[in-house]
This record gives sequence, C-alpha cells and structure tokens, in this order.
Amino acid sequence: MNCADLRRLLHAHVDGELDAVNSLELERHLKTCAACAAGEKSIRSLSTALQQAPLRHSAPASLRNQIRQLAGESKAESRSPVVDFSMLWKWLAIGATAFAVLTLMLRPAGISDRDQLLNEAVAGHVRSLMAEHLMDVVSTDQHTVKPWFDGKLDFAPEVKDFAADGFSLVGGRLDYLGGRAVAALVYKHNKHFINVFVWPATGDQKTETADLRGYSIINTTAHNLHYCFVSDLNAKELGDLAALCAKYSGGVLN
Amino acid sequence: MSAHEPGQFERIVLPHLDAAYNLARWLAGNDHDAEDIAQEACARAFRFFDGYRGGDGRSWLLAIVRNTAYSWLKKNRPSAVITIHEDELAEIEDQSAAASAVHGADTGALRAALETLPLEFREALVLRELEGLSYKEIAEVAAVPVGTVMSRLARARRQLQDSFNRKGTV
Repeated sequence: MNCADLRRLLHAHVDGELDAVNSLELERHLKTCAACAAGEKSIRSLSTALQQAPLRHSAPASLRNQIRQLAGESKAESRSPVVDFSMLWKWLAIGATAFAVLTLMLRPAGISDRDQLLNEAVAGHVRSLMAEHLMDVVSTDQHTVKPWFDGKLDFAPEVKDFAADGFSLVGGRLDYLGGRAVAALVYKHNKHFINVFVWPATGDQKTETADLRGYSIINTTAHNLHYCFVSDLNAKELGDLAALCAKYSGGVLN
Repeated sequence: MSAHEPGQFERIVLPHLDAAYNLARWLAGNDHDAEDIAQEACARAFRFFDGYRGGDGRSWLLAIVRNTAYSWLKKNRPSAVITIHEDELAEIEDQSAAASAVHGADTGALRAALETLPLEFREALVLRELEGLSYKEIAEVAAVPVGTVMSRLARARRQLQDSFNRKGTV
C-alpha cells in the first residue's frame, strides 16, 4: 500500500472500523512515514475534541411528554390496563431473568468451529468490498499474482486465471481466517466478486456448500490445500469456479 | 399498534430521545425548529410503529428524524439542502498540511465550525462523534452506502481542520 491508499483508510482506522490485517499494515506504515503519522494524529485530535466537548443537546421535557401522551393514547385505545411503573420494572426483571435462563438452556455449548469459519469467511468477503480493499496486488496475470504471495505465506497457492470460462482473476491479497494468515484470490464473474480463501488443509474435507446472510460459501480441499469460496453468486455458479479450481489447482507447502 | 405490546413504543423510543433531538437540533440549527422537527418525527414514528420489526431502535428512530428534518428544510430553508455530488468526494486530499490546529480549540469554536459544515457532512460527524454510531449504523440512518459514509466523514473532518487552520487556532 502506498501513502494515498493508506490516507483513505486513516479515518476508518481512527474510528476503529478497519479490519485487523489493514490496521496492522497501517500501523507499520505510520511508524515509518511522518506525513501519514501527522495526518493520523490530526484526525485523532479532532475526533477527541468533538467527543469531549459538550456539544450534545438533550431533548426538552416537552418532547418526552409528547411521547408519553402518544403512548398513553394508544394504551387507552387498546384498552389495556394501565401499567404501574414500579410493576413494569418488576416484570422487566422477571422477563430478563427468564430470558437469561432460557438462553442458557437453549444455547448450544458454543459456536462450532465450522460456523465460526463460515462467519469469518463472509465477514472477510464483505469487508473486502466495503473498505474497497479487494486487492493488494491487482493483476489479471497469474504470473504476477502468484509470486506476490512468495515470502508472505508459509505455502504457495496455485494461481490460475479462468477468464476463458467466465471467471477472470483480478488480483489477490492477504487475509486472516480461522486464526491464520491465508491467501485471498479475487475473481470476477459478470459483475460479481468472488473471494477465494486458500490455506493448507489439515485433513480431507468433503465439499460442502453453505448459505449465510445471502452469501454462498463452498468449502473444499484439493492437493493439500483448503479452499473457501465466498460470493453473492448463486451456489451453482460458485460451484463452477470451485470445480475449475479443484481441477487445475495444486500447491506447494513450503 | 396491533402488532405490538402496549407501552412498547415508549420503551423503544424514550431511551433514544436525546439522540433524536440532538440530530434534529444539529440539522435545524436552533431550538425552536429542532423541537418542531423532533415532534413531527416522533408523531411519524408513532404512526409508522406498526412497520417497526424489531432491530436497532435507535437507527430506526434517527432515520425518521433525518427524513423529517430534510423534508422540513427543503420546504422552509431550501438553500440549506444542497446535494453534494458524491463523485466530488472520491478523492480525499493530502492531510499532511492540516496540522493539529484543532488542539486547544474551545467548545464555542468547535460548535461554530460544525454548524458551518454542509448538511450531509455535519450529520455524519454528529452521528459518529456525538452519538457514537458505527459506519454501518450511519449508513442505515442516511440511506447511503458505507463507502459514502467513510468519504463524508473524511471530507467533514478535512473541512473542520481547514476552518481551524484559517483562523489560526493553535
């Protein structure tokens, strides 16, 4: 990332909205670049000044009364018994306790590793689109993308462009998934972006398709590497890319 | 109100009344108009309450306040509502020139500077710094993409810093 790229992310960084990988990279850069560091300091001091100054206005009593009045009318309309406020708190307390007990009873022992991974994969995909930070290396040339990962990861993912089959390689970047650094390959199909997260497999995994918050996810292993495909494409089209990758990909564990 | 328990409107809205009024006040610029806008917004919120399907009550209420304020301003003060072309926001200029001139600025100066910001910038900063909303929540309230929130905040801060630099507040 150069200064111009980082400057755009400074605000998100100060606001605590930047993902861990970009934050780390930015922190590293700030240590060596006085101009960016001054920019960050300046944003931070303005932000702090605004947060600490008594600039917030409180609602006047008349507005509170209006709400109570509106709510009161509706109570009269629905002819429900008027709730005594001290009783309300008691009921709230009872409700909260019941809810807590039910939650404890119904909640599974913990989020499974699989669900956690799916969540992280979708979050990684969404974040990469949100921060407009899809790629660290922008290239449709597999011979540029592949060497870029050299020395950044403890494995070398195979990088192939499938433009002829409708999935063009647009770049790659590093990401963080399931507690480790992973390669993220970015493909484009029509107007949809696809993140392909790749890392060394710990065992053979059966190909599995999932759907989370409107995103399709496919997990599979091939040639000792785990592939996780995430996109808003439908599962069938995403499956086409997964099949292409499985056919052509391999990898070398360093 | 059929879909909701009696008293639920009060429980959802009352905790966020200060946030609602604060947004109205910063958009309107004075107490009198802010109160009109906030009251109108609460009345609308009450009418729309059937459409409220749970979720973040604060974002829901703030979005109504915002829409009410913009309608009110368009009618009563059309010059205040100038649409900013988002493509102008694409590039965020170099920040190195902006020293930390804001350091030591008093509340009056901060308030005055914030009041002169264009509406969309002001609302983004108020929601972020005064109400502590996340980018996603601001995007919901202002009905714009998260990327737009990010560039509006950047531009808003840049303009504030510039105005302090011009005044030479150090």
